[in-house]
Amino acid sequence: MTLDEVLASLFPAGHDVQNHGGVVLGSAPLRSGERALVVGVADRISLGVNDAIRLSAYVLRSIVRDSGPILVVVDSDSQRMSKRDELLGLNEFLAHLGKCLIYADRQGRPTIGVLYGHSAAGAFLATALATRVLVGLPGATPAVMDLPSMSKVTKLSVEVLEEKAKSTPVFAPGLDNLAQTGAVQVVWDAALPLVDQLETLLASLPDSDDRRGQLGKQRGGRRKAYEIAERVRGLVLQSR
Amino acid sequence: MSIAPTHMATVPGTVTSWYEASARTRIRLLLDPGSFMEFIGPEKREVSPHLKVFDLPEQFDDGIVVGRGTLGGSKVLIAAQEGRFMGGAFGEVHGAKLTGLLRAARDIGSVPVLILFDTGGVRLQEANAGELAIAEIMRAVIEAREAGAKVIGLIGGRAGCYGGGGLIAGCCSGLVVSEQGRIAVSGPEVIETNRGVEEFDSRDRALVWRTMGGKHRRLLGGAEVFVDDTGQAFRDAALMLLGQVGGFELSTLTNEQARLEARLRDFGGCADAVDIWTAQGIADAATIPALPADQFIALADRFGRISHDAR
Repeated sequence: MTLDEVLASLFPAGHDVQNHGGVVLGSAPLRSGERALVVGVADRISLGVNDAIRLSAYVLRSIVRDSGPILVVVDSDSQRMSKRDELLGLNEFLAHLGKCLIYADRQGRPTIGVLYGHSAAGAFLATALATRVLVGLPGATPAVMDLPSMSKVTKLSVEVLEEKAKSTPVFAPGLDNLAQTGAVQVVWDAALPLVDQLETLLASLPDSDDRRGQLGKQRGGRRKAYEIAERVRGLVLQSR
Repeated sequence: MSIAPTHMATVPGTVTSWYEASARTRIRLLLDPGSFMEFIGPEKREVSPHLKVFDLPEQFDDGIVVGRGTLGGSKVLIAAQEGRFMGGAFGEVHGAKLTGLLRAARDIGSVPVLILFDTGGVRLQEANAGELAIAEIMRAVIEAREAGAKVIGLIGGRAGCYGGGGLIAGCCSGLVVSEQGRIAVSGPEVIETNRGVEEFDSRDRALVWRTMGGKHRRLLGGAEVFVDDTGQAFRDAALMLLGQVGGFELSTLTNEQARLEARLRDFGGCADAVDIWTAQGIADAATIPALPADQFIALADRFGRISHDAR
């Protein structure tokens, strides 16, 4: 789906969301009468310092002024890979955006990620993965890293990686593989109006505790993460 | 594959380089003597369930040591990544150990967490689990800080602090960095692979150090404290920083927004780190990479940007 199609299906009563060269900013009314803030990344742009600072500014302004949920719509590349972005401290800009979204979520502005296209690596962490509930739309293509870069780091050929990707969900790109780990809570049906599915989600929203570990265990994509984290937590608390 | 002994016999003063030290040695150099207690240590053999698919060796602690101890007599929680195992990368078990430690810090609320970063980012052989582990850690850092726990990052290892490690570092209350402590999202090789050698020549080590290294991060305000490459220097800095860093509230984020906007405004047009340092008012900026630590620290105290209460 395109951004326009996603927004039209989410907000049939209209919206004022605009796409500023891949940086998505705006708001839209919900059936409850509340307004949702809408931010995100579109057109598969890579997320650099200039984009991240606009998004965090918009979220921060809304935290002090508005109420209601925050939707984070995402079709991005990875983080912007350039000398300039790293020179200026891209890690801080991406972390700051993630922190603003997590803070908002925990201060009564529940965040819902809507992954409708691609996303990868640092851009994924700072946007979709920094939300309370991440929704995937069919056709979304998340990936932690592209195979040529992965090949460079793992010293394995692209052909070997492609072969292993077919049989190894924990490393292979793709929406289903990420859903298995617990990163994506639900995949919506693109044939049905998204507004109904959004309202259903809003009506039964979980609290802001991170449950992706339990989800990954239930779905079998991460069998150890939840148990290991809980064991360490328990051991620390016992040892006090 | 072998279990590293918890207390390796070393003569005090001989192995003091943070860069050269193992994760376990760094913990010993940092904490009060004899105070460290590990959780889910190598004897538990909680290895990665995914590496055998790639015929890669496992490590019994999955490349991270987590536990508790005391620093200057006060309780701390501590995690140390082993950069010599899989580049210190975050896998499922590796990441979950840190997540659990941070959630305990959230539950307690008053005991700080020290994270000794040494990582290339996500462990690509288990990329989805590693990426999500980093997302969970970022959230757990914020929850711990909201509850009142300070989270301090120490960066000066072989692998630096790259990829998602850079984002976690950006969530910490404060950072201690040495010259060797590179902090970035994309590594030099990754930029070169994707954008070409004209954009970034990964073999130009001087370029790597001055773009991502500890001196630049300190001057820019990306790290609060610059230290020499010794265990004692990291220990002293961690103690000092624990007394300085602020909490985590809305003003922290609005201050950080202003801090980063000012950085873009002041240095956004600079093509190289030397141009940024010159714009900061430093004469002979080109000599900075060669400055000894003590001289650099004096210079950074005058010209470096400060980020307390703004990160």
